[in-house]
Amino acid sequence: MREAKEPAFVAEFRSPSDLIAAIRHALDQGFRPLDALSPYPVEGLDEALRLPKSTIRWPMLILAVCVAALAYALQYWTAVYAYPIHSGGRPLNSWPIFPLVPFEVGILAAGVAGFAALLTLCGLPRVNHPLFDWDAIERATDDRYFLLVGAPEEASESRRLRTVLEGARAIRVRELSL
Amino acid sequence: MSSASAFASGSARAKAPTLLGPLDDRAVTDLVCAPLLRPAGLRWWVAFLVCTVGLIATLAGIYKLFSAGVGIWGINTSVVWGYAIANYVWWIGIGNAGTLISSLLVLTRQDWRASISRFAEAMTLFAVSIAGLFPILHLGRPLYFYWLAPYPASMQVWPQWRSALVWDFWAITSYLIFSIIFWYVGVLPDFATVRDRSSGAWRKVYGLLALGWRGSARHWRHYRRLQITLAALATPLVCSVHSIVGLDFAASLMPGWREPIFPPYFVVGAMYSGFAVVVMLSIVISRGLGLQQLITARHFEAMAKVMLMSSVVMGLSYASEWFAAWYGGNRADRALLVYEFTGAYWKLYIAMLTCNIVAPQLLWFPVMRASVPVLVGVSIGILVGMWLERILIIWNTLSYSFLPSMDRIFFPTVWDWLFLFGPMFVFAWMFLLFCRVAPVVPMHDVRELLHREGAR
Repeated sequence: MREAKEPAFVAEFRSPSDLIAAIRHALDQGFRPLDALSPYPVEGLDEALRLPKSTIRWPMLILAVCVAALAYALQYWTAVYAYPIHSGGRPLNSWPIFPLVPFEVGILAAGVAGFAALLTLCGLPRVNHPLFDWDAIERATDDRYFLLVGAPEEASESRRLRTVLEGARAIRVRELSL
Repeated sequence: MSSASAFASGSARAKAPTLLGPLDDRAVTDLVCAPLLRPAGLRWWVAFLVCTVGLIATLAGIYKLFSAGVGIWGINTSVVWGYAIANYVWWIGIGNAGTLISSLLVLTRQDWRASISRFAEAMTLFAVSIAGLFPILHLGRPLYFYWLAPYPASMQVWPQWRSALVWDFWAITSYLIFSIIFWYVGVLPDFATVRDRSSGAWRKVYGLLALGWRGSARHWRHYRRLQITLAALATPLVCSVHSIVGLDFAASLMPGWREPIFPPYFVVGAMYSGFAVVVMLSIVISRGLGLQQLITARHFEAMAKVMLMSSVVMGLSYASEWFAAWYGGNRADRALLVYEFTGAYWKLYIAMLTCNIVAPQLLWFPVMRASVPVLVGVSIGILVGMWLERILIIWNTLSYSFLPSMDRIFFPTVWDWLFLFGPMFVFAWMFLLFCRVAPVVPMHDVRELLHREGAR
């Protein structure tokens, strides 16, 4: 949500089931839920919000394969060309044992890529999000569940959205510009 | 316990509940954050000061070692590896359990691991950091340890990729950095929780540590996928790391070392000693930080079973070692086997078998698994036994080798003992700090468990 400022309604709920029911209700009523905040990954939330599957594994796989290949290439080049050591008649390219190092650094690369991808995909670190302007949002990391719904342009629709959210057992509803 | 039954695992057999109710999201936050938000008590400060003394003593020992050389230890011309290598294997073994708990047990859907995974992972970080020091301390010229890394040196030399020491370097470095990432990814949402509950300068510190995490569903979906993927990757990584440590021995031509069983046997041994430490840390943490609702009898029961299973596998490994030495028919191997039971270290060998194989059989009985003193006693026994196992692998083979004229016994010096016990204080020192700054239980994982079990 790094695009231009956009008004949104933020509703607070007591339980994950209330949150998911509210998302379904808002969708039925023709509104567009943008996001939800929860203190733990709620099962079924992705489906309710119609979020696509995470693509975070791709950068991990790609970097792991590249780094592992690079590590093998380094071993091959140093052991065969740059600094060959004849040791007990073993082949210079000791392929049965050489995959050890590529395996280790490949997994490490996947970990690094995964963390970097998490930050990139989530737009983190970002310590000053407009959501934090609302004090109540602090409980999103504790025991409350929040739903963000894009605000409609017409005032009458906005009023209807507020009624819909409150009807779906929201404790509080507030308009924020995100 | 009636309210707790709601959280009981859905298994048909009656099991102790994983979490003791009544609990809700808020209660989890309160329980886990409370130790971070209140000032440290007297007990913490006493423990911290004692450990600081141990830390200073260890640093002084390292200074002495670096200025005088490895001759201050009891190593000699035959027993060239001593406590340092045994300590290294022992610590890295302990360091394996944390990752196993949060990777293997995630993949096998063992719900109970949620409460103990965070501090077990922290244990991994600290133990592996300590373990990584020992190969460097043990080098004759530690200032050249960076020769293990491939870099364009002016003398145009490159690392010897067929050397077990080089494999160690890559395995430990990769494992340590990977574990830090895994740990930090796990703790990130919890730092956000602490951020939202602390005040003053700490709020800023936790705010920075949380990187602005706000629990967005769009973030959680990447987060969940990353966490499970890291867990899947950590499992082979952790097995490979201790296998490589096993190869340090198995890739040699020494009797008692050149055994193909070493890699898997080292991995199980690592899990074994690691769980023993986790059991003791769980007891300290659940009582010290008042987390008995989150770390319950179910956890101790499950960990005791893992230790019991490991002890049986260790027994089978020892038996297959003996069998292979006899069945292989190699004179050196057979002679070493006899030496293990009759030579200079036979008492230690019997002690090792008692600690690792005999004592843990107590855990077959549910009453014993439920008794905290028994668990502590067995765990300490396992740690002693596993250390003895590692030192005896080194001592027996090196003290009793091919040439009788080369037979030497190892006599530890005061410096050996310092390097054995000092790092334990360093570990405890780091762990005490960890308990004060990071949430020791993954709150988001526990909440997930709570809602899943509550829904049943």
